[in-house]
Amino acid sequence: MKKISVIAAGAALIAFVAGEAQAQATLDAVKKRGQVICGVSQSLPGFANPDAQGNWAGFDVDMCRAVAAAVFGDAKRVKFVPTTAKERFTALQSGEVDFLARNTTWTMSRDTQLGFDFVGINFYDGQGFMVTKKLGVKSALELKGATVCTQTGTTTEQNLADFFRANKMEYKVVAFEKNDEVLAAYDSGRCDVFTTDRSGLAADRTKLKNPNDHVILPEVISKEPLGPLVRHGDNNWGDIVRWAFFVMLNAEELGVDSKNVDEMKKSANPEIKRMLGIEGDFGKMVGLDNNWAYNVIKLVGNYAESYDRNVGPNTPIALSRGVNALWTKGGLQYAPPIR
Amino acid sequence: MTTAVETSQKAEIPPPASTVGWVGWLRENLFSSWQSTVLTLLAIWIIYLVIPPFIQWAFIDAIWTGNEAQDCKLPDGSRKDGACWIYIKAWIGGYMYGLYPYDLRWRIDLAAIAAVLMFAPLSIKNLPYKNVYGVAVVLLYPIVAYFMFYGFVDFPPGAPGSATHPWRTVQTDKWGGLALTLLIASVGIIAALPLGILLALGRRSSMPIVSTFSVVFIELWRGVPLITVLFMSSVMLPLFLPEGVNFDKLLRALIGVTMFSAAYMAEVVRGGLAAIPKGQYEGAMALGLSYPKMMTFIILPQALRYAIPNIVSNFIGLFKDTTLVAIIGMFDLLGAIQLGNADPKWLGFSIEGYAFAALLYFVFCFSMSRYSQHLERKLHTGHKKR
Repeated sequence: MKKISVIAAGAALIAFVAGEAQAQATLDAVKKRGQVICGVSQSLPGFANPDAQGNWAGFDVDMCRAVAAAVFGDAKRVKFVPTTAKERFTALQSGEVDFLARNTTWTMSRDTQLGFDFVGINFYDGQGFMVTKKLGVKSALELKGATVCTQTGTTTEQNLADFFRANKMEYKVVAFEKNDEVLAAYDSGRCDVFTTDRSGLAADRTKLKNPNDHVILPEVISKEPLGPLVRHGDNNWGDIVRWAFFVMLNAEELGVDSKNVDEMKKSANPEIKRMLGIEGDFGKMVGLDNNWAYNVIKLVGNYAESYDRNVGPNTPIALSRGVNALWTKGGLQYAPPIR
Repeated sequence: MTTAVETSQKAEIPPPASTVGWVGWLRENLFSSWQSTVLTLLAIWIIYLVIPPFIQWAFIDAIWTGNEAQDCKLPDGSRKDGACWIYIKAWIGGYMYGLYPYDLRWRIDLAAIAAVLMFAPLSIKNLPYKNVYGVAVVLLYPIVAYFMFYGFVDFPPGAPGSATHPWRTVQTDKWGGLALTLLIASVGIIAALPLGILLALGRRSSMPIVSTFSVVFIELWRGVPLITVLFMSSVMLPLFLPEGVNFDKLLRALIGVTMFSAAYMAEVVRGGLAAIPKGQYEGAMALGLSYPKMMTFIILPQALRYAIPNIVSNFIGLFKDTTLVAIIGMFDLLGAIQLGNADPKWLGFSIEGYAFAALLYFVFCFSMSRYSQHLERKLHTGHKKR
């Protein structure tokens, strides 16, 4: 059987090799190995980047730590595998990583054809524009005839073309391979408009020579729902990753964070009781112990803590919650209840 | 009538003032014709355009003291004019060691010190058994370095002591920075040379299987770009291996780099071999030397000497090519610098990072080049055709 699967993989380069053999096996493999292997970005400020001492930090990194906390009760038992945009899918398909938390947009083709399951959306992103104040533009709809700096070979370029065509505006593209080059070209005045995903826009603005001379326009021209993803074929493992994420959201909604989680164990609220394993056997339902959610909250924190620590308004990334606020506060983040 | 006969030679008249001293040098070298005058002026103008602003940026306006990004910015958040060298200072550890655990970085320093101590005796001129010692060091040092980098006390993840033990193992995916660059380059260089020599001899061999194999090997590896080799080894190979078999990414890259440079090395060595006159072979055979003896004592010493400039040039190329491992998710020196550029604490100082990278690469490549010239002079026996 192995031989057949190898041949199949060779025939269709991006073939679905994981197959039945792995069903239910990921958790056992992870436990046996003693650590979770998590595919992250090579370096994306605020989402996954190591510091000068070599410690990984970031919003996606916290997702990896949350899964380790749920499985082992130890958020440090993660091996981070930095993957490039090209490598990431093979790394997951071949079993080199257990799951990806790597700024990956949930699209239909990735969800179906590539053989992955996205377990949720931990960040609603979308493409935006930055312009110089001198241009005097208030809206992206006034960008007729503008020169736009962007990265080549990304969906950014495609979205840009779609947006300008839909609004019947002409434009010129100046495209580069690396984001730093795009930004340098924009900073030196080679183009009027800089476009990338809004998660990077605010951070890129702080890199400019005079950040105060530039404004970010309000329009978001594309949907980029980012989330962790797992292989097809092992639904139990998918459940674990999914609920590690939902616990962080539910904890924020219920007002439980890493500082008050021990007191909250005494809470009378049945939802909190169920989440923290005081009532019911919810950990066992996914093959973990009943402290799983407590560990996630205690060791990593709830969604708001992770957001504020890594990308929030007080960090250099400076992203307000926007659509990533909880549904109770007018945002889109909504987790099913634990019951 | 008296005739005056000069009995002693008259004192030499000094050459015209315009042909000696610095004036003469200038006329001779920079302003000898109107074409060179134009080129000289153009060159001065270009230097004037480039150098003063660079010095202004890199030294005069540069920020040398401070601890955080704010020290390089004005209160309103805009950049100060000069280079922000404190970013390099803050990240130098990251550049040198990549993601290697912070508390174990002394192990890499130790490996570096061991390298100096073990290779230093080779510079002594009349060291007895120098060749034996040299071979022993080249074979022994990688083992020493491997244990210093990798460690030798293996803990299962989460076991007590697994986070603090001074000799705990560090997986190769954590190796990085300048240490990784030097590791890949030196493994490539040390392994590629003997392999290249064997391939070159194989290609010139009269045995059909050996020579076909060598030709196919060389042409195959030379026919693909290194970036493809690395990409195949990291992205495609796992798909063909059975589930769960996953051999080390660094090892895959090392094999790829070695094979690639061995193929190039083979052609360089073959060039050297081709330069040896036929008489040398015939002389060696007439003395009754066997093929291995003929090669080791007569042919190769001469051929390699001819090939030194090209061999070193290959090594320099290989050293710079190591940056390509960034595309397979490893952080060599350049990769580590890019990690630093993405540190949220230090956003916007990538120019300083790249300038530092350029400086380091230049220092290493230039020293290799100087060493090769030194070798050429040292091995110059006077028979060389000039």
